[in-house]
Amino acid sequence: MENQHNISPEVTFHAEHGDTKSVVKKIIRTTVLLSVITIIELALGYAIFFLHKDPNHSTGLVLAIKGVIVILSLAKAFYIVSIFMHLGDEIRNMIMTIVVPLLLFVWFIGAFMWDGNSYKNLRNQYDDHHKQQMEEKPTNKKPADEHGSEAPKPGAIH
Amino acid sequence: MAQAVPANTKWWGGGRSPFNLEYGKLMMWYFLMSDAFTFGAFLIAYGTVRMSSNGWPDPNHVFQSAPFLGNGLPLVFVSLMTFILIVSSVTMVLAVHEGHLMNRKGVIKWLIWTIIGGFAFLGCQAWEWTHLWHEGAWWGRIPVYEGSHFLNANGSVPSTNFSNFFFTITGFHGFHVFSGVIINIIMLIMTINGAFDRKGHYLMIEKAGLYWHFVDLVWVFVFLCFYLL
Repeated sequence: MENQHNISPEVTFHAEHGDTKSVVKKIIRTTVLLSVITIIELALGYAIFFLHKDPNHSTGLVLAIKGVIVILSLAKAFYIVSIFMHLGDEIRNMIMTIVVPLLLFVWFIGAFMWDGNSYKNLRNQYDDHHKQQMEEKPTNKKPADEHGSEAPKPGAIH
Repeated sequence: MAQAVPANTKWWGGGRSPFNLEYGKLMMWYFLMSDAFTFGAFLIAYGTVRMSSNGWPDPNHVFQSAPFLGNGLPLVFVSLMTFILIVSSVTMVLAVHEGHLMNRKGVIKWLIWTIIGGFAFLGCQAWEWTHLWHEGAWWGRIPVYEGSHFLNANGSVPSTNFSNFFFTITGFHGFHVFSGVIINIIMLIMTINGAFDRKGHYLMIEKAGLYWHFVDLVWVFVFLCFYLL
């Protein structure tokens, strides 16, 4: 890139961006990939939707499908960051200062999900009222005015 | 694409920036990292509350409407929104690429498409929020009656946590989209005025592009957490 030199004093090495043809080809390839992953995610979403119609559906299967969807989303995130945001083209030092702090999320997600689940179990064990509330069905009919005048029962807010 | 950095480059030897990145662009990266933590905290709070609840509304029943198409169509409208955002991300990459080539006309063309994509996404979100509001969902409100599709999966009374988290997180994301569109419009005006040709580089477009891609990135996870899981 003749004209890209002397952009700023910090940039001492200039990566070649390649010729227009190969860059555009790479962008199109990534776009197709992102679209295909999204379509697979939607298909799996519909699979869950139809599985839910059967009252005796397998919870394990639904959980497995959701796991696959999560992995596909992470793949999408990787392609957006590394190709569209060009992080993959930066030098390793810089990539690490962005990626390593984000690894905290592994612990965040694990610890908080675990805690939420434990809180639910403790409450169900020691608070019968809370547990029974789960079985409470609505008794009122659909209100004529659809503008959400229907407030939830006070006990239903947690 | 990127040519390999010469293996013997001593990045920490002094006399040069070890990150080889212009200051503003580096700071944009660190801002986006901190913003990722903000969104991450929101989504983790949502996940924790959902895990601690005995029941939760089924997203396939709540989000089942599309304009002109009616009800009973889960995932249809939100996939449209997802594709709009992916496409506008692609047009932004193309604008950044034209910036590398110092091609002002190309940058203007692709920036305009990106801005149109941003407005289209915001329009979709406005429609969805209005639709949910008409159904009776809002912050602190969730429609409870026999046969309401906001009921928990087992048919019991839901808490308002669902609508609170939904409107807060999609609202925060929508605000990012909105500010991204504003930034892109400013970039478009500067490009048309020839500001970057005078500077000799289109780095500002790259920084705006980073922000815009981040908005798309966050949507990947909002889409995952609210509509698919």
